[in-house]
Amino acid sequence: MGNQIAFIVIAAVTIIAAACVVIIPNILRSALFLAFSFLGVAALYILLNAEFLAAMQVLIYVGAITVLIMFAIVLTQQLMGAKIKQSSRAWWIGAPVAVLAFLLFTTSFVTPFKHPTSGTAVSIASAPAVPKDFYAENEQARASEGTTPKIAEMLLRPYVLPFELASLILLAALVGAIVIAKEENE
Amino acid sequence: MHLAWLIPILPLAAFLVIIFFGQNLKERSPYVGIAAIAGSFLVSCYAAVTWLAGHGKTGDFICNWAPYGSDMIRVGFSVDALTIMMLFVVTVVSMMVQIFSVGYMHGDKRFPRFFAYLSLFTCAMLSLVIANTLLLMYVSWELVGLTSYLLIGFWFEKPEAMRAAKKAFLVTRVGDVGFFLGLLLLYANVGSLELSKIFEHHTLIAMAAKEVSIPAIGAIAAIILGIFSYGFAAAALKGAKRLPIAIIAGVAVFAIVFALMHSLSVSLSIAAIAALLLFWGAMGKSAQFPLHVWLPDAMEGPTPVSALIHAATMVAAGVYLVARMYPVFHIDQRALMVVAAIGAFTALFAATMGLVMNDIKKVLAYSTISQLGYMMMALGVGGYTAGMFHLMTHAYFKANLFLGSGSVIHGTGTQDMRQMGGLRKKMPWTFLTFAIGTLALAGFPGFAGFFSKDEILLTAYHWEYGKIIFYAGLAGAFMTAFYMTRLVAMTFLGKPRDPSIHAHESWKVMLIPLFILAFLSIAAGYIGIPGHSIFGHYINPEVIGIEGMVEHHFSLVVMLLGTLAGIVGIGIASLIWIWPVLKFDWLKPSFGWVQTIVENKYYMDEINDIVVIKPLMFVNNAMYAFDRWVIDYAIVNGVGWFTLILSRFWSVFDKYVVDGLVNLVAETSKIGGRVLKFTQTGIVQQYAAITVICVILLSWYFLILR
Amino acid sequence: MVPLSWYITVSAALFSLGLFGMMTRRNAIALLMSIELMLNAANINLVAFSSYLRGPALTGQIFALFVITLAAAEAAVGIAIVINVYRAVRHINADDVNLMKW
Repeated sequence: MGNQIAFIVIAAVTIIAAACVVIIPNILRSALFLAFSFLGVAALYILLNAEFLAAMQVLIYVGAITVLIMFAIVLTQQLMGAKIKQSSRAWWIGAPVAVLAFLLFTTSFVTPFKHPTSGTAVSIASAPAVPKDFYAENEQARASEGTTPKIAEMLLRPYVLPFELASLILLAALVGAIVIAKEENE
Repeated sequence: MHLAWLIPILPLAAFLVIIFFGQNLKERSPYVGIAAIAGSFLVSCYAAVTWLAGHGKTGDFICNWAPYGSDMIRVGFSVDALTIMMLFVVTVVSMMVQIFSVGYMHGDKRFPRFFAYLSLFTCAMLSLVIANTLLLMYVSWELVGLTSYLLIGFWFEKPEAMRAAKKAFLVTRVGDVGFFLGLLLLYANVGSLELSKIFEHHTLIAMAAKEVSIPAIGAIAAIILGIFSYGFAAAALKGAKRLPIAIIAGVAVFAIVFALMHSLSVSLSIAAIAALLLFWGAMGKSAQFPLHVWLPDAMEGPTPVSALIHAATMVAAGVYLVARMYPVFHIDQRALMVVAAIGAFTALFAATMGLVMNDIKKVLAYSTISQLGYMMMALGVGGYTAGMFHLMTHAYFKANLFLGSGSVIHGTGTQDMRQMGGLRKKMPWTFLTFAIGTLALAGFPGFAGFFSKDEILLTAYHWEYGKIIFYAGLAGAFMTAFYMTRLVAMTFLGKPRDPSIHAHESWKVMLIPLFILAFLSIAAGYIGIPGHSIFGHYINPEVIGIEGMVEHHFSLVVMLLGTLAGIVGIGIASLIWIWPVLKFDWLKPSFGWVQTIVENKYYMDEINDIVVIKPLMFVNNAMYAFDRWVIDYAIVNGVGWFTLILSRFWSVFDKYVVDGLVNLVAETSKIGGRVLKFTQTGIVQQYAAITVICVILLSWYFLILR
Repeated sequence: MVPLSWYITVSAALFSLGLFGMMTRRNAIALLMSIELMLNAANINLVAFSSYLRGPALTGQIFALFVITLAAAEAAVGIAIVINVYRAVRHINADDVNLMKW
């Protein structure tokens, strides 16, 4: 019950913040609400027993990306507070599309489909209400270490190639960003 | 003997240098050529010395030329006694001729090029001589033919020179076909063109054992003889009834020969066929009957060329080929009999023409043909040593005579002996050397020709199939002495006949080669003295692996008969032209027709014209007409018209149907583009909206409706 | 306990908001922010499914990590492009950057 209350509070914060991000005309405030939204997502991760991911979420999204976006805003907006009109005339097309998408997702998880192994008709809505316990086999591990060692082991054993590729992509993005953003007449 | 490859390469280098830098070298170009040939001469000496030191062992220089299939064509050089002899002949004569040419060709506007050609010719000739595969020999053989063409036609402004060059090239080409066929036949049977492989004993035996029957040879002979009789009659006769008589003569000869020989079919061994094919090639180069017609015409070239190519070296190449391939000839005696017959016939036939010519070079040309026939005859009767010995001595004294005649022509400016006379006083040195050459050619005792001719006669005398060749040889010796005496008498003796000619002695640069060659015309004989022949010690059938040939011992009777024939010839000629006791005109009433025939060279050119060229031209014209009217007009133009009409139709079709379709497609695209471009707003959100809506609709379709 | 469908609902709502923002905002940076929202929605999905369905394999979390990595890269390059565009035309109004249209 406590979990459910916590979830509802967190989800409400997250969604309201996200709504503010896309609606508020002032772009700088949008960015601030974006940070709140990211924090909410991080809290959801904790509820889902993903502590490492939550830490990463805070570090990267809240700490890095939001700050980066704010820098960009400050660089491109001549005046803080952004006098230019921020919302688009296309809201009447955006809103129906967004609602349609939301309906699609919700219908998709109440729609039953055939379970791949058992063959019975199931839906996401009928999925188990309790998360599978990651530490069912080893109680001590939960108390001492959390999921981080396991993620580290997976990243460096079966996923080592994607891991290295990700570093390569980061390098390429770094170089690309520098090249693109550089003043040309230097 | 790994230096041997230098021998032909040096003149080749000289050729390249002169042909590329001749414009700069100008008067100095002979030095390059002469230096190169002197180098070749020295290397030849070195080769001879090492060869002697190695006691006749030949070291070969062989390299791979071209791979084909799993086999490899290999070419190379090898040195043996025969090669060394030829190397000396070619290098010495070539050197003398080049030195002589410095004087003779002085002032010619293509002076450097002449020496370039001479060098190229020498290169080709030398590589022909030392080649150790038939293939390389054939290549050099063709190269020799090419340079001969270039040199005969050197003064190509003269139409006669041009024609003579073409004639020489084409006639020798007829012979080359035979050489090539022989080459193929040998390759098919031996599997290699390397001489050492061909000469392996079991190979030769196998080739000699394989008999091939050639049917209907008698009928073919009858047809050929009939056609030639017709041609001879048509050329020799005059008047309106010429052609009917000629046809009757031709048919009659054909009928007689056919009746006698129509059932004749000849069976020959592969060896004999190969040998005869090679001999066919040799006939072309060595101007044997009936392929001799090019040599007299080739006298249109500069005289040094005549000396080098048409006296001493190239024409000897045919004889050399027969000698080189002697094991193949010898394994089947029938091939040698043909060689002997054609050689003897050519020797007599050409000598008779030499009797009546008035052009000094033409006399020498017929003399050359005759002497080449002599060599062939010697080889044919088994006189391998004798034939080669005569080749060598003849090369020296005939080069001497030709260069002497060149000196005379240079001094007088004419070639016609009837305009000369009394040149002995004005050109004493030329006369001296020329006289030595004449005596050598006539076989006067003590001179080179005496020894070699004596040896030929000796072999012919002992020929196992009869004495006829021996008598032919005696007659040849007589006629040779006769026409040479006539030549000398008309040119040098008596009184000047044409006062407009002011002769003068030639320069030293031209006389020195004459002296050297005159010396050789005497000295060359003494390496072949009967009984103590150094020449025969190194060049004899046993050296090339032929066993069981009898060495004929010196015979006084033969020698006396041979000498007598020469001296009688000189004597009778002297009585006619020097001390006019006898009159040539006495013969005229009864034998005038003979003279007419001989003076017209037995109508050989006319016969060729009637028998070969005219029919060929007729066929050509017929084919031309066929081409012009049937192929060009009817077929090609017809197809053209048909295509034109068809294309008119198709052009209409294209214009309205095909183009219409194409335009339709284009218009459709254009209209589509006009309509669709309005969706291209450039606003990213619109694109995204469209995408998302489509994705949503599709997802719904798959999730719910399906 | 919290059922899985709640998480999915939150994720769907977040994604729809991102979509709405992407279609209505004109500022290029706002577009980037909307995209980040959508990526977060996807991540919630991945982690939730991973916890509820797949068991102790943690594959979903690993995927989410990679998504975060790519999001960082995307943000860096995207902002670089935005700055470059700003330099060229002195504004970052996505509607008016339409040189590529017909």
